Amino acid sequence: MPDPAFGVLRQHLIDPEICIRCNTCEETCPVGAVSHDARNYVVDPAKCNFCNDCIAPCPTGAIDNWRSVDKAKPYTLVEQLGWDALPAPTEVAAGTSSELPEDVARITATATQGQGGDVRPPWSAAHPYVNIYTLAKPAIATVSGNFRLTAAGASSDIRHIVLDFGGTAFPVLEGQTIGILPPGLDASGKPHHLRLYSVASPREGERPRYNNLALTVKRVNEDHDGRPVVGVASNYLCDLRKGDPVHVVGPYGTTFLMPNHPGSSLLMVCTGTGSAPMRAMTERRRRRIALKEGGELMLFFGARAEGELPYFGPLLKLPREFIDINFAFSRVPGEPKRYVQDRIRERTPDVARLLEDGNCFVYICGLKGMEQGVDEAFRDACRRAGTDWDRLLPELRAAGRYHVETY
Amino acid sequence: MSIDYSEKIPNNVNLASNKTLQRALEHWQPEFLHWWADMGPEGTSDVDVYLRTAISVEPKGWAHFDYVKMPDYRWGIFLAPAEAGRRVNFGAHKGEPAWQEVPGEYRANLRRLIVTQGDTEPASVEQQRHLGLTCPSLYDLRNLFQVNVEEGRHLWAMVYLLHAHFGRDGREEAEALLERRSGDADNPRILGAFNEKTPDWLSFFMFTFFTDRDGKYQLCSLAESGFDPLARTCRFMLTEEAHHMFVGESGVGRVIQRTCETMVANRTDDPARLRALGVIDLATIQRYLNFHFSVTMDLFGSDVSSNAATFYTTGLKGRFDETKIADDHILAGATYPVLEVRDGRLATVAAPALNALNEKLRDDYVKDAQAGIERWNKIIEKAGIAVRLKAPHKAFNRKIGPLSTVRVDPDGNVVAEADWTHHHLQWLPSTADRAFVASLMGRVAEPGKFANWIAPPARGINNQPIAFDYVRFN
Repeated sequence: MPDPAFGVLRQHLIDPEICIRCNTCEETCPVGAVSHDARNYVVDPAKCNFCNDCIAPCPTGAIDNWRSVDKAKPYTLVEQLGWDALPAPTEVAAGTSSELPEDVARITATATQGQGGDVRPPWSAAHPYVNIYTLAKPAIATVSGNFRLTAAGASSDIRHIVLDFGGTAFPVLEGQTIGILPPGLDASGKPHHLRLYSVASPREGERPRYNNLALTVKRVNEDHDGRPVVGVASNYLCDLRKGDPVHVVGPYGTTFLMPNHPGSSLLMVCTGTGSAPMRAMTERRRRRIALKEGGELMLFFGARAEGELPYFGPLLKLPREFIDINFAFSRVPGEPKRYVQDRIRERTPDVARLLEDGNCFVYICGLKGMEQGVDEAFRDACRRAGTDWDRLLPELRAAGRYHVETY
Repeated sequence: MSIDYSEKIPNNVNLASNKTLQRALEHWQPEFLHWWADMGPEGTSDVDVYLRTAISVEPKGWAHFDYVKMPDYRWGIFLAPAEAGRRVNFGAHKGEPAWQEVPGEYRANLRRLIVTQGDTEPASVEQQRHLGLTCPSLYDLRNLFQVNVEEGRHLWAMVYLLHAHFGRDGREEAEALLERRSGDADNPRILGAFNEKTPDWLSFFMFTFFTDRDGKYQLCSLAESGFDPLARTCRFMLTEEAHHMFVGESGVGRVIQRTCETMVANRTDDPARLRALGVIDLATIQRYLNFHFSVTMDLFGSDVSSNAATFYTTGLKGRFDETKIADDHILAGATYPVLEVRDGRLATVAAPALNALNEKLRDDYVKDAQAGIERWNKIIEKAGIAVRLKAPHKAFNRKIGPLSTVRVDPDGNVVAEADWTHHHLQWLPSTADRAFVASLMGRVAEPGKFANWIAPPARGINNQPIAFDYVRFN
């Protein structure tokens, strides 16, 4: 329904992958909102009055699809006619908050594409707070630490930055992200876009009972294709000194959250700074070891080499019976390239067992390029174990057990 | 306009006000139930099926879902709401008010149209009666039964017209509809495709995709009829028919998907290997497609037909989307291209548009079917496989009309009898193909489980989960 208070339209759409073009909806619609071309059946957002007359007669269920969109910018008929599949629901569509900054919605939509649709949080996840601090009213934090995580000779400069919120409430959960507003204006004189970073510390703070949190930030000196470029926000963050103020918005994220019930397991796959949420979750569990809540932690962690791996040292100190760590290094001189998917394949029996285990929750975070490889590796693991990934994946999604954030 | 379910025969035509008609139909009802018990889905009288039943013909009311034992399904008589001031929209009577009673001079032709349409409904139930024993899942079993009860209801729709408007002749025809049997040598169903076997689920899905789509086009043309009760009946039947095509399109799509997944996972396109892995290779799917497409082509009748011209000119049967076509709706001097065999080759000639109406409907159908095939191809494309399925040429494997006198390959080339003999097993399913597909047909009747040769659907029925108990055995 259009909701004038928030400027959000719950737009009625037809799923072109399920629709069989039987014309029942067009025939049924009393206001002529449904039309078609040789390719798709589409709903005109300007005409649809949400009478729902078309819903029951549709033989396929294709008609029963909705996306929350900016009222001023619904999907046009031309866009809809060009679709082969529905667009992934954005954060707005998850029904969490209707006024997320556009940047956040856009970045989140791209990052969670790999999930392939709506995903729920684990059933035992804590309730997340979202969007408490907005672009108009950001929270102001103070830098209380900034340490280099990668070895001195490593090609990447990855930093562990601790922000202190003082007397400002800023509740976050492991897996959530916050937005950083770099100061100053861009080349066209507008404020810089906000950047999203995953929180790398557990909910009670990097230092427990102090109102702080940690970020894992890589200094960006080149773009995805290796061309030199200076990342505005990352360089700003990496150059911060103790005591500097930082404008923060958020937090964001309602689904990439960890389970809290005893006996729950985590299967984590990450590369580079995609380790931030994994570090937060692992640290949460490490601090609760004494409670003997059970459950397994299995981590697949990829980087170019040891020295490039954030948190390498601390990770090695964790006991094997607490976390099962599998490193994959792709640029070690004299050794074959290894990627996380190779490690996953090597661990087929355990991976397949965890995927089947209703108490195990899967998290994938890192570069977009890893998505396909990981998906194939899971598929292989399932096949070798006599199960079927294509059947399992929808079950995982439906149960809030499969979470992807890639960039 | 709600449906009166307190009546013995649910209806929205105020049956109670016409005692003679009511009695006649109440007399026919036990005969229908007897036929259903004899020729309906085998061994299902005590099974609870999650079915859709119409509780009104308004959009909100006609998809009511609940568990029903099939013999208790409320078959009834439902006409789409009347359109005030509706007129005859084509032919010699164009512009006259639509007829509420049968015009005497067109009685025989109209009866023939209704009987031909009506005969296909029980025929397909008969063709499909053994399929339940080899269902690939409860979800599919439920869909089969939904198709079956709705074909039964479509028979009721036609029988109502025969009883209400054709007197004694109509009653006799209504009885004959229950006496003919699909595939019976002595008393077969009227149309060829409805005497073919539907021996396995791939055939069933192909049948619902291709042959029920012919139903859609025939019903669309009849929904344009100047005889208003027929138009309104067909309009409501069309809403039900859409489900049948959905079963076909998604069914074949899921078979294709499973095959593609298996091809990708095993990095093979070898039919023998794929068959050993228990899925149906794409070449076999293509041959089934060729068969069902060509058999359905014949259902549209002869390419040039004076009957079709008569039905149109007299306002009995229109064209697909008649009222959306911008022409004079009389077609006196117009022509339409049809295929002809000339010097042993296919040639396109201009025939009078009135006589070529079967061909026009066939062409409309082909466009629609091709779009569906392209959607199947999307599944293959998504899996990264280069093969594409293709509709054969409309002259391929024809048994009716002038094109039945020549042999035509799937690409539309006329070939010699020897070439046909040599190649036809590459084009049409062989006994071995059918035996292989039959060998896959084992019964899977546990909620959420699917036979190995078919992928689960994207969505459950009525937003229920895929693992829902769609059929309960007692």
